[in-house]
Amino acid sequence: MIEEDAFSDPARERQIFVGRVILTSLLILALTAVLIARYFDLQINQHQDFVTQSDNNRVHLRPNPPARGVIYDRNGEILADNQSVSNLTIIRERSGDLEKLIENISALVPLSDSDVTRFYKRLKRRRPFEQTPIKFNLSEDEQAILAVNEHRLDGVKVSARLSRFYPKRDLFSHVVGYVGRINEQEISVIDPIQYSGTDSIGKVGLEKFYESSLLGNVGSEHVETNARGRVMRVLDKLDPTSGSDLMLHIDSNLQQIAFDAFAGERGALVAMDVKTGGVLAMVSAPSYDSNLFVSGISQKNYSQLLNSSDKPLFNRAIQGQYPPGSTVKPLFGLIALDNKTVSASTRIDDPGFFVMEGIDRPWRDHNSERGGHGKGVDLAKAIIESCDVFFYEMGIKTGINILSSNSSEFGLGAKTGIDLPGEAKGIMPSRIWKKENRNASWFNGDTINMSIGQGFMLSTPLQLAVMTSRIASKGKMIEPRLVKSVGGVDLLTAESSQTTDIDPKHWDYIHNSMKSVVHSARGTATSINRGLTYTMAGKTGTAQVVSISADKDYDKSKLNKRQWDHALFIAFAPFDDPQIAVGLIVENGEHGSSAAAPIARAVIDGYLQTNSDTAIASSNVLEGLNVYANQ
Amino acid sequence: MQINDFVRTMQNPGGARRISRSMHVDLILFVLLFALCAFGLAVLYSAGGKDLAYVKRQLVFMVVGFALMLIVAQVSVRSLERWAFVIYGLGLLTLLAVLIFGVGAKGAQRWLDLGFTRLQPAELMKVCVPLMISAYLSKRFIPPNFKHVFWSVVMILIPTLLIVRQPDLGTAILVFMSGFLVLFLAGLRKRYIAGSGLVAIAAIPVMWLFVLRDYQKQRILTLLSPEDDTLGSGWNIIQSKTAIGSGGFEGKGWTEGTQSQLSFLPESHTDFIIAVLAEEFGLIGVLALCTLYLLVIGRCLIIATNAQSQFGRLLAGSLASIFFVYIFVNMGMVSGILPVVGAPLPMISYGGTAILTLFIGFGMLMAISREPKQMRTQF
Repeated sequence: MIEEDAFSDPARERQIFVGRVILTSLLILALTAVLIARYFDLQINQHQDFVTQSDNNRVHLRPNPPARGVIYDRNGEILADNQSVSNLTIIRERSGDLEKLIENISALVPLSDSDVTRFYKRLKRRRPFEQTPIKFNLSEDEQAILAVNEHRLDGVKVSARLSRFYPKRDLFSHVVGYVGRINEQEISVIDPIQYSGTDSIGKVGLEKFYESSLLGNVGSEHVETNARGRVMRVLDKLDPTSGSDLMLHIDSNLQQIAFDAFAGERGALVAMDVKTGGVLAMVSAPSYDSNLFVSGISQKNYSQLLNSSDKPLFNRAIQGQYPPGSTVKPLFGLIALDNKTVSASTRIDDPGFFVMEGIDRPWRDHNSERGGHGKGVDLAKAIIESCDVFFYEMGIKTGINILSSNSSEFGLGAKTGIDLPGEAKGIMPSRIWKKENRNASWFNGDTINMSIGQGFMLSTPLQLAVMTSRIASKGKMIEPRLVKSVGGVDLLTAESSQTTDIDPKHWDYIHNSMKSVVHSARGTATSINRGLTYTMAGKTGTAQVVSISADKDYDKSKLNKRQWDHALFIAFAPFDDPQIAVGLIVENGEHGSSAAAPIARAVIDGYLQTNSDTAIASSNVLEGLNVYANQ
Repeated sequence: MQINDFVRTMQNPGGARRISRSMHVDLILFVLLFALCAFGLAVLYSAGGKDLAYVKRQLVFMVVGFALMLIVAQVSVRSLERWAFVIYGLGLLTLLAVLIFGVGAKGAQRWLDLGFTRLQPAELMKVCVPLMISAYLSKRFIPPNFKHVFWSVVMILIPTLLIVRQPDLGTAILVFMSGFLVLFLAGLRKRYIAGSGLVAIAAIPVMWLFVLRDYQKQRILTLLSPEDDTLGSGWNIIQSKTAIGSGGFEGKGWTEGTQSQLSFLPESHTDFIIAVLAEEFGLIGVLALCTLYLLVIGRCLIIATNAQSQFGRLLAGSLASIFFVYIFVNMGMVSGILPVVGAPLPMISYGGTAILTLFIGFGMLMAISREPKQMRTQF
């Protein structure tokens, strides 16, 4: 009925319509007011919040990592360098479904399971919006494939980074060491700001010892990035300061000569500049390639290195502790002369063995089967021919207290303080030491063993080199140093003027005896003097690996090679003005004369032939600097 | 009197106004649309990454649109009314064709490939449905009785459901609204309005369980708390709110919006273009745009009330109202008060079919504005 009323009445039609249009208009105005209120709220009330959010979106503070200091040898040859490498990285915040992404990536470049598992580990301790590496050192082909596909892989970036590179591979591994990824333990200790752009840290060797100098200072930059994380422009920046370069005393040619001289044998050698204490060569054989560790070593390679019976990771030069054997004889002789427990005229008869009163068991001389060194053996002959019986007697006469306390001045039984981490201190036994460590009293038998560098006594090849340097310089307190200068500034070596107050005639006596070890016909190292153009002083040594009761013979044929004696040698040259001192060991090399002495000869030859002039020149420069510094 | 006014205001009596009258052009609407298009192109240039490619293509669509508008303006309102059913039927056929032959993107089938261009038939339905319902109701009782309301709803629901099938929920809602608005303007009784409100509320759980797809549900959940998934589905709305909010009162300046220029803002040249405008021109820009829109709608509503036939009134009124719905839905969703559905900002967002459909609508409005008076004869 209402419909009937409404039917075909144009005026009413229009009236209803106008009413509805007015309603519509009011609704439109109301809803427009809602919209404007909303935009007003966002743009005026919440404006500051959104400005902050918008800036956080686009502006990122990016650390600008410094370039790590380069390590050079004394001639400027590079031992540790920075190389630009391309790494495949993922920004988690932009990557979306990670598993799918990794699947897509592995379709383009091969990813190993360990790449992926280590990536997830790194992901856990990344900073927000950090590029987390998944694969290192991309080849050029891989870079090209990724560059073409980068737009399909959200959050994926090929980023160039500086990575440590050791051009000499295994030659300097034990000296320079290596850097590696910062681990959880280190991350809690380091300054997070200084390391914000750096993912590696010195792990061993000089890389660790000089970490703070090599690292440099981090820079930073505010960058504007787009939604895909691409940097559009740099808003401001603070440049980083590169780490300081290190220059070593080591001559890499000499290092090579020493390394080659070991020719597959296990052992270690330290050669020192007698004037400055600068280490000229430091070898521990076998070695390993430092580059393996830089971007994380594979489990397979690592366990291979770790489980090898040759222990390539072990730095024998500073951590290997061996009985010094007869190489301590010149030192002990000197101490006895100085303490007047023997004199130049002291002579003994050597029947090939030594008998202590009250003890049935005799101590044998190493050549007891040939009837000993005969009658009238003096200290010089005891050094030249390495007569044990003379030292047994001398040791008893001098006593443990004097031997022990005086030896310390020559660097035995304490850390030398070389600029490397992890140095072992060896053992210079004493009554107190035995009480503390073995809970037993000191016996004369202990003194007898010790007097030929056996028994409890242990020393590192570095300690032997330091001892030899101090003997060569007639008692100067030379301290070993690997690094010559940091960031172009020479480290002023501590004045080595402090000397022991030993009578010069005792020095001459010991020096001459050591010269005869090499140059006289009966010397134990006479075999290496053929063709020698300079005069060398030295002393051989043999250290027992398995203890053989003192009254039994050492029969090599009954032992396997790992049980053979270690061969040792110490030497310095030239005799009149000593420049280089060497201490070395060849594990299971058997005789110092045949296995160890030729290596020392090769190294000293190499040094004096090629470096003699420069060595003298550089020592003059250093002396000049010292004078300058003292003014 | 009228003639005197005419002479006083126009220097040349045979000038622009006369030409526009004879060409069936409503000059005020024409100028307003021109201003909107110019504003839109300026924003699009910035939103498209300062690349002229989008601007050029949009400009071509606008030129074609203006031409189409002028052509449609020449069609008599009677013919529009007479051909409404045929046009509606053709529209339904193209919708069916989309479901069968359509091409699409992102899991939806929305376009017909015509070879030289792609057509989005759902957009065309935004004009076809009000045309059909206006034609249907203008010949029947006013206000419409139950039978007429029923058939109107059927005619609205057929294209709506076809569009839901594509799926394109946003356009489907807008198409439904365009038809419903005709019913409302025709004087739909309050009890039907209240009833349809109840049906809508009752339909919510049904829609949620059976009709809405997962991504659509996700969008609604995202509206409630976008912070739950800042890098996933919440990303769009967080970024658009950030763009709008950081624009402040004065804006960051044309082409200086960091959110849009650095690609943080998704869909910045299509559905989210208002965020670019708000970021670069600030609240001032938003108010200017709203003013322009309200002037357009106001002019259209005046045309509607002045229309000579009931058909003209209903069609003009519904076209004017639905124009506002587009604006409200788009600006509401981008600013985070409505769920994200596919709804472009009229005359500003990039998109060919949407622009052409709008111009066809405005062409009809112009035709209605020059509809010959039935009651009295001129001159």
